[in-house]
Amino acid sequence: MNLLVPLKLVPDLVEELTLNEAGTDLDRDALIYKLNEFDDQALEEALVLKETTGATVTAIALDAPEIDQVLFTALAKGADRAVKVTGDFEPGIDNHTAAQVLAGAVRGQQVDLVLCGVQAPDDLDGQLGVLLAGALGWPHVSVVSGIEPDSAAGVVRCHQEYAGGSMALLETELPAVLGVQAARQPPRYAAVSTIRKVMKEKQLEEVAATPGEVVASKLQVRRLFKPESRAHARMLEGDVTRQVEDLVAALNERGVLKVGV
Amino acid sequence: MAGIVVIAEALNGTLNEVSLELLSKGRELATSLGQPLIAVLAGEGLDALAPPLQSADRVVLLDDPALGKFTPDAHEQAIAAVIAPMEPRLVMIGNTTAGMDLAAGLAARLHWPLAAYCTGVRMEASDLIGVAQLYGGKLFAEVELGSQSVIISVIPGSFPAVAPGGTGVIERAAVPAGKSRTRFKELIALEAADVDIKKAQALVSVGRGIGGPENLDIVQDLARAIGAEVAASRPVVDSGWLPKARQVGKSGLTVKPKLYFAVGISGAPEHLQGMKDAEFIVAVNTDAAAPIFEVAHLGIVADALEFVPALTERVRAGA
Amino acid sequence: MSEIEKERIKEKESVVVEGITLTGQWNRMFEQRVIWEYDPTNLDKVTSIAGAESLGWCYQCGKCTGVCPVDHVASYSPRKIFSKVRGGVDLFSDPDLWLCTTCGNCLRVCPKEVDMLKIMPAVREQVVAAGNAPPELQQAFENTFRYGNPLGEPPRKRADWAKDAGVTVPVMAQVKRPVDILFYVECYWSYHPRGKQAAQAMARTLNRLGLDFAILGAEEKCACDAQRAAGEKGLFELFTEQNIATLGKYEYATLMTPDPHAFNAFKNEYPKYGATLPVVHYTQLLAPLVEKLPFTRELKYKVTFHDPCYLGRQNGEYESPRHLLQAIPGLTFTEMLRCKANGYCCGGGGGGMWLGSFAASHEKERLSERRVKEAVETGADVLAVCCPFEVSLFEDAVKTTGNAGKLMVRDIVELLDEACTPAKEEGAIA
Repeated sequence: MNLLVPLKLVPDLVEELTLNEAGTDLDRDALIYKLNEFDDQALEEALVLKETTGATVTAIALDAPEIDQVLFTALAKGADRAVKVTGDFEPGIDNHTAAQVLAGAVRGQQVDLVLCGVQAPDDLDGQLGVLLAGALGWPHVSVVSGIEPDSAAGVVRCHQEYAGGSMALLETELPAVLGVQAARQPPRYAAVSTIRKVMKEKQLEEVAATPGEVVASKLQVRRLFKPESRAHARMLEGDVTRQVEDLVAALNERGVLKVGV
Repeated sequence: MAGIVVIAEALNGTLNEVSLELLSKGRELATSLGQPLIAVLAGEGLDALAPPLQSADRVVLLDDPALGKFTPDAHEQAIAAVIAPMEPRLVMIGNTTAGMDLAAGLAARLHWPLAAYCTGVRMEASDLIGVAQLYGGKLFAEVELGSQSVIISVIPGSFPAVAPGGTGVIERAAVPAGKSRTRFKELIALEAADVDIKKAQALVSVGRGIGGPENLDIVQDLARAIGAEVAASRPVVDSGWLPKARQVGKSGLTVKPKLYFAVGISGAPEHLQGMKDAEFIVAVNTDAAAPIFEVAHLGIVADALEFVPALTERVRAGA
Repeated sequence: MSEIEKERIKEKESVVVEGITLTGQWNRMFEQRVIWEYDPTNLDKVTSIAGAESLGWCYQCGKCTGVCPVDHVASYSPRKIFSKVRGGVDLFSDPDLWLCTTCGNCLRVCPKEVDMLKIMPAVREQVVAAGNAPPELQQAFENTFRYGNPLGEPPRKRADWAKDAGVTVPVMAQVKRPVDILFYVECYWSYHPRGKQAAQAMARTLNRLGLDFAILGAEEKCACDAQRAAGEKGLFELFTEQNIATLGKYEYATLMTPDPHAFNAFKNEYPKYGATLPVVHYTQLLAPLVEKLPFTRELKYKVTFHDPCYLGRQNGEYESPRHLLQAIPGLTFTEMLRCKANGYCCGGGGGGMWLGSFAASHEKERLSERRVKEAVETGADVLAVCCPFEVSLFEDAVKTTGNAGKLMVRDIVELLDEACTPAKEEGAIA
């Protein structure tokens, strides 16, 4: 069973987001990037499957500044291979384009199951996993957890989570693409010494992006803007003692302090 | 090319509220364009589910045993087959679990563009403009959707719901025979929980900001003191600190208690979706810029580990 | 070997008795004891690690137990750890591994030189590498790796504190010339609200003394000494290489930092990586200059002082902070019972700063709470500190021990700054 986990860098929201001069995109020079949180969940689920079923795990990513470190970290956590797709990719490349480039690379690999993060904070034109499935002509399921591949039967079973907490057990023929909501355990920590050791001992595999017809998202961003502050909360100032007093007074005034008692 | 299509959703025999929200916005756009509004619903045994959708001019039912349970593959095939020849101006889909599969899946199959996470859509002259939520709600994008058929997925709660019913024509479309590569095996209900947080009058909801599971005690103490139940955000449940039955948000439960106490929750859109209609919201967070303060009525910038015990003590001392 | 002063044990290397030369080492038994009553597997697992050998030297005299700060709030000390491990406890998965703050008081009194400052980082390193460190500690590591500071604050905002200093704070990359003093601000003074106030007081103090100084600004990254002691050696090494490269770009006569942990790293660890740095702690820089400060008013505080472990015990500096305090007009100075080489620990070292919740679930009281009670016992109304970890730990402890209003926590440089602030501007320090 060959698992493939596409990894994507997204803007780190720890820094204040600033816009470019035209106001149509982020000021990408001022950004720091980090691995999409859901991709980290997908990677963790893949690594757990490696441990429980002996599957091989390949991390794959489009070339970008700092992507090497993300791929080496995946190796340090236990991925068997790390593949960097090289090409001239613009920062903030849309998911339609990324999905096509990834599809080209996937066709050159032996892949049974692709585990993507279910979503990313910047996927304006749709979730990467579903678009990738579309480009490959493979079935897909989003918002999944509890992934159980059955390579003998050529299927994967997973839970699709619905709002309200119920979920469906679905069975999908392989190859397939799943959008992972949560791994069965929190993503593991890779010690920096392990990452550095991996950087010395292992190499990233590089494959060039296959040229093909690029069908971009066709969306034209006119402007980005910060949400108008709706009725912002009334902030309670002062030290904790003062805040506690003010809060108790406010809750009493509304009669909700012990509404549940 | 004409028409506004709303993909309605009825996963387990009940119509999702978002379908009626899409119909209200759809009607507004259809009127200004002078084009028909068409609701499409896929499933099995849909007779009872069609009438609420009749504010649309046409209600197209894809009623087939193969569609009785949601699988992305079967539903996409069926819906794509019926909407492709319509060449609609706009297709609207709720950004639910099924909607995430359908919106991007149909976009890939039909080669129509998609704008995801929309909270608004409007006409400007003859241009269709979408407003999409990005970066955890920190930014919005105003997007020109082009002049071809286009799909948007809409965050539930973005528009008011239309009153169910109307006089639209109900019709049944043929479901093409196709093989679904994904099969539904069983529905797993939420594990019988010790508590139903939807029924609680007050909730103390805890996020990753409290640090670790060892700090749940202080939250439980507060909950006991004010007679609340403990709820949680997704990361807390995913980390196994609290059971799924206590999860508030898009992939959890939607709650409307009289008092919602958000402790160490930054307020991702997925969480806000599940609690923004609570009657009174109090948020405690160390980050003054946390989005939770946008929906909260009272905000406290403080370390929860310091503030919560102090509040508990104050309440116990008599308030 | 650390520079812990052995005050109680005076030992000569050799003496000649009646013409016979006796070496002072004869009774130290610097080798593994033979243990036959127990299965030595788990002890061997520790002592086979480079750096952790000395746990096997323990002969259970118990001197450490009396001085271990953690033993006051839990059953803990190197002797007890040795005993547990010999008895079969796996230190690699035991909570005890994370409670040591590497304060070093045990080593000061240990006749066998069982060195927890080496044992703990070495064993923790393996557990960290296996991904089994407490999650809150891993979060601090990840934050440091990603953002250059354990608080997870934006790197671009590292020098934002300087905007409200009231004086110009030059940045090395912009001054483009050698400076006398490179002020290495470190993370908690850069980002923590109370730390920023101390950093601002420092900038004003340097300015009052007419000193030529600059900071690294956004180029500065954590020195990672506490992360090293907490077991993230790889992170420490990576940042050491990067910091040495950054420091190498600039010319300066003195490297000054307020953080005893950074001071320790620069002084004792960086030379191992090829950098000999002219580093001083800020108290050492200011002590000879304090008489030149333009004091404008008396501070009628009764002040006691908490020795930072990594400034005092680990690096032998006890007098500079005291000299500064005693130079402040009107101030009365009083010592706590445990001070200087026997100073108690605030709980922040060795990763303790990021293990607050973990420690709370294994200790009946925080170290900082115990220390605050000791400070209150002296009758002092100000607890003076000079380590960036301490202000927030002690201020929290003042509240949780019910001493709010009785005891203030101030960095020494804040007191110097206050004494130089004209009375009418009072309120600069809340």
